[in-house]
Amino acid sequence: MSGLLSARAWNKIWVYRGTFILGLGNTLKTAAIALLLALFLGIVFGLMATSNKKILKTISRVYVEVIQNTPILLQMCFLYYALAFSGHSPGIIITGILALGIYTGAYMAEVIRAGIEAVPRGQFEAAGAQGFSYISMMFYIIIPQSIKVILPPMTNTIVNMIKNTSCLYIVGGADLLSLTYSFVTGENTGGSYAPAYIVCGVIFFIICFPLSTIASTWENTLKKRERRSVLNKV
Amino acid sequence: MAMIKLENVNKYFGDLHVLKNVNLEVKEGEKLVIIGPSGSGKSTTVRCMNYLETPSSGHVYINGHLLTAANKTRVIRENASMVFQQFNLYPHMTVLKNLTLAPTKLHHKSKKEAEELAYHYLEVVGLKDKAHVYPSTLSGGQQQRIAIARALCCESRIILFDEPTSALDPETIQEVLDVMIKLAKENITMVVVTHEMGFARQVADRIVFMADGEIIEEGTPDHFFNNPESDRVRQFLGKIIR
Repeated sequence: MSGLLSARAWNKIWVYRGTFILGLGNTLKTAAIALLLALFLGIVFGLMATSNKKILKTISRVYVEVIQNTPILLQMCFLYYALAFSGHSPGIIITGILALGIYTGAYMAEVIRAGIEAVPRGQFEAAGAQGFSYISMMFYIIIPQSIKVILPPMTNTIVNMIKNTSCLYIVGGADLLSLTYSFVTGENTGGSYAPAYIVCGVIFFIICFPLSTIASTWENTLKKRERRSVLNKV
Repeated sequence: MAMIKLENVNKYFGDLHVLKNVNLEVKEGEKLVIIGPSGSGKSTTVRCMNYLETPSSGHVYINGHLLTAANKTRVIRENASMVFQQFNLYPHMTVLKNLTLAPTKLHHKSKKEAEELAYHYLEVVGLKDKAHVYPSTLSGGQQQRIAIARALCCESRIILFDEPTSALDPETIQEVLDVMIKLAKENITMVVVTHEMGFARQVADRIVFMADGEIIEEGTPDHFFNNPESDRVRQFLGKIIR
């Protein structure tokens, strides 16, 4: 029944296709809202990391290191049970959004920090010597130059986040992977292990592959453009 | 009145004592040229004037205002511009945008006013036809002339030049110096760190010679080139003027 070539198993997936669509919807919803949170955190902590205030740098560093050096599964369990036991359980969707947002935010912060640091010091000095405040310097001069450095790795971070929605499985989420698991172990629906996981994987691939392709294309155009501008100067 | 005043300025980079109790006044409209061997602290001195480097101790006054971390952005915006060795034009903007950014965003000028100003100064530096190109398409000398025009567009009373010709090909140095000589006729306070002795002789009201983080000698170009008092200056001039 679980066989890869069993027509009945594949048929069952077709019949219960709604489960996969629901899971995909939940995954995308969670990812989309978590992305907004991650972008917000990434911009705030990324800017803090590049400011010249030591205290801001330290806060940003602590956030990034703590999040990047502990497993996301642990963070999810912690957040879920910590919130649940403190009496205000916000539900699995909110927990997922918070956990993924905070986790991905740390990576976003690093991407944004690296992008800002890739802009030559002279640009900061030129802006400072003209009397731009920190915020307007970032807005008009630094961010527009770092955006092309930031976009490719940021897209990769988004791809990782979409895949990481599957970690919600650990706290009983309703994301694509969790629903696939419920499906293959369900009393009425169970059994179609191989086909179900293949379908689940294919869905993830269809979403993530175009994004990572865009990221690597961007990166290549960027490299070509740089080479061209070097050639122009010669 | 002193437009720029450095009072007992010291600067350390780690253990390195790069400025040793520097005292210096620059009068309104004065053309001050700072010369000296590499590592003598001339660039650090000029960078302390707009707080790109914060002095480790001592005071900097710009147009009567004591510079602090809190007021530097405003005081510098209202009083000083800078021209860098590496030009530091904004590469993601056209020349025109480079010139109009600060006037429109910081000096409350309308787009039209700022563009008129930009074209005026592009004409001054002789690059009116380059308004719509990106900096990377220009030669070093052209980029530096644009950088000078950008500084002029802020209509500051002070322009600081930090080795403006040191990164240029020999054949384009003169086109930049010519623009600076033209500027020197205006009532702008200019502080120029340079190795161009011909320029110093021609333009400077006063020359300051620095070595090892200290001001060794100052005086008019005539005094400086013809009757320097210190051996250190004579030694330096002997090496560079052949």
